[in-house]
Amino acid sequence: MAIIGNPKYEARIDHHLAKYETKRSAVMPLLYIAQEEYGWVNPEGIEEVAQILNLDPTQVKSIAGFYTMYSERPKGEYWLQVCTDLPCALKGADDFHAWLKEELGVEEGGTSADGMFTVEHVMCLAACDKAPMLQCNFHYVENLDQNKMRDLLAKWRQEAAGASNGHR
Amino acid sequence: MHILLRGREIANIKQLDVYEAHGGFAGLKVSLAMKPAEVIDVVKASGLRGRGGAGFPTGVKWSFIPQHEPIKYVTVNADESETGTFKDREIMEENPYQLIEGSLICAYAIQAKAVYIYLRGEFWDIGDQLDACIEALREKGYVGKNIMGSGYDCEVYTHLGAGAYICGEESALLNSLEGYLGQPRVRPPFPAQKGGGLYKEATVVNNVETLANVPFILTEGAEVFKAIGTEQSAGNKVYCVSGHVKKPGNYELPMNTTFRELLYEHAGGPLHEDRAFKAMLPSGGSGPIVPLTDEVLDTPMSYEDAEKIGTIIGSASIIIMDETVDMTWVASKVTKFFKHESCGKCTPCREGTYWLDKVIDRILDGRGSPDDVKRIADVAENMAGTTLCALGDFAANPIIHTIRHFPDDFAQHVQAQG
Repeated sequence: MAIIGNPKYEARIDHHLAKYETKRSAVMPLLYIAQEEYGWVNPEGIEEVAQILNLDPTQVKSIAGFYTMYSERPKGEYWLQVCTDLPCALKGADDFHAWLKEELGVEEGGTSADGMFTVEHVMCLAACDKAPMLQCNFHYVENLDQNKMRDLLAKWRQEAAGASNGHR
Repeated sequence: MHILLRGREIANIKQLDVYEAHGGFAGLKVSLAMKPAEVIDVVKASGLRGRGGAGFPTGVKWSFIPQHEPIKYVTVNADESETGTFKDREIMEENPYQLIEGSLICAYAIQAKAVYIYLRGEFWDIGDQLDACIEALREKGYVGKNIMGSGYDCEVYTHLGAGAYICGEESALLNSLEGYLGQPRVRPPFPAQKGGGLYKEATVVNNVETLANVPFILTEGAEVFKAIGTEQSAGNKVYCVSGHVKKPGNYELPMNTTFRELLYEHAGGPLHEDRAFKAMLPSGGSGPIVPLTDEVLDTPMSYEDAEKIGTIIGSASIIIMDETVDMTWVASKVTKFFKHESCGKCTPCREGTYWLDKVIDRILDGRGSPDDVKRIADVAENMAGTTLCALGDFAANPIIHTIRHFPDDFAQHVQAQG
């Protein structure tokens, strides 16, 4: 497994390198590719991105650490980021978030024992009229309640029995 | 009449042929037949002001770009991250070609070589959709070389952020796009100046909603646009309503519409019939909170009228709270947001948000004293105006204004201590 020389990513890496004036500008899209390949932004991914962009790995790691959407440790198959910011909280998002953690038996930022679900709370996701909501592997799931969430968890568990859904 | 949220009236306007059939790219065509400086004059005359929050006159911003510079850029601020804001998202999801057309008109007016659309990372699916739109436009000659046979060349690209509110601040956005930490730059030089913009070239940074207004202005004329709204706030605005109302959502209305009309006629009034409205944050977490009095309700939602009631319209992220909401909790929520989103560059913001959060937690836990309330007000006042970007001021606002308007909400937590 690698991103350098991997035909799966070649065209995308070339596209990003071509669209900016400097190589360094491509660090964010390339970190997403590394995360997709390894499931998180691991040291191998950092090294590869640095090599492609002629940067020092420390510079790449500092970018990865600055942003919340790059995970610096392994996550579950489904990365659930629940918005608990003010507008969502006014519609019960704090209770929903607490319930979800209990339902899955995880602490904040933790992963369920079966490795399926990582749960954490995040700041405003621009979906304030559709609270409670969360982002699952970067895709929005809105207008949630406990019943809908139970159904979704069951669906995702079934899905995961098949192929990996792929982190982005 | 919708100028921006046209997806609500025209089915499938997100398809290029449908967009073209409803006047799409007529604004760009009109622009390409004019001299670039004439396009800027039209936008100036329309009275359009920036919809990202600051309300700076758009045409004036474009006119700051030095014409003689060989390389110039447009960056579209689609980082929409202000608490309670979800308008740019609907524009890009449902009417994406209008944003791109507006961006191309801006690009032509300043003679930019490329447009970069900076999307917040969470808008992953929107980024995919915009990439597909850009490819469709390239095939039909609206993007790339010799646009619409005019001889003007311009590329359009998307760039995904990765979860950082600060990247909505224009100089932090430029740093992030260049692959550096998304932290604000020292100004001058400003983005419009050589040395201050993207790759140190002169750059216009405009919000999504701002640019989506531009095709209408070019096709219908500056006077038609200026006739909508108020003297100093021309046009429609998309108001994002969330919190304790029956029908939260986006409402596109002329800027002379009152808060009362928005909240009662459009948003359906209080979520719970037996509870009164208590307070409103009209500009998300960053603008001053106001009690929802009759005077406030009867105020038009314009830049100048909002100022008269001691707040701002900003990005128009209108968060409504009913009488059950404790304003100390609100101050805590908003402070946690800014503490998380502070980029760490300026000491007053980095340290101030951290200590504000700690002391408010103490107050909410019932372990605070009346002095703690004075202390957080003092810390907030010492943050305001001391940082490179506005985040420090934004973080001070919720403390200063919740304590000013709702002192009892704080007193109830500290009275036991005496």
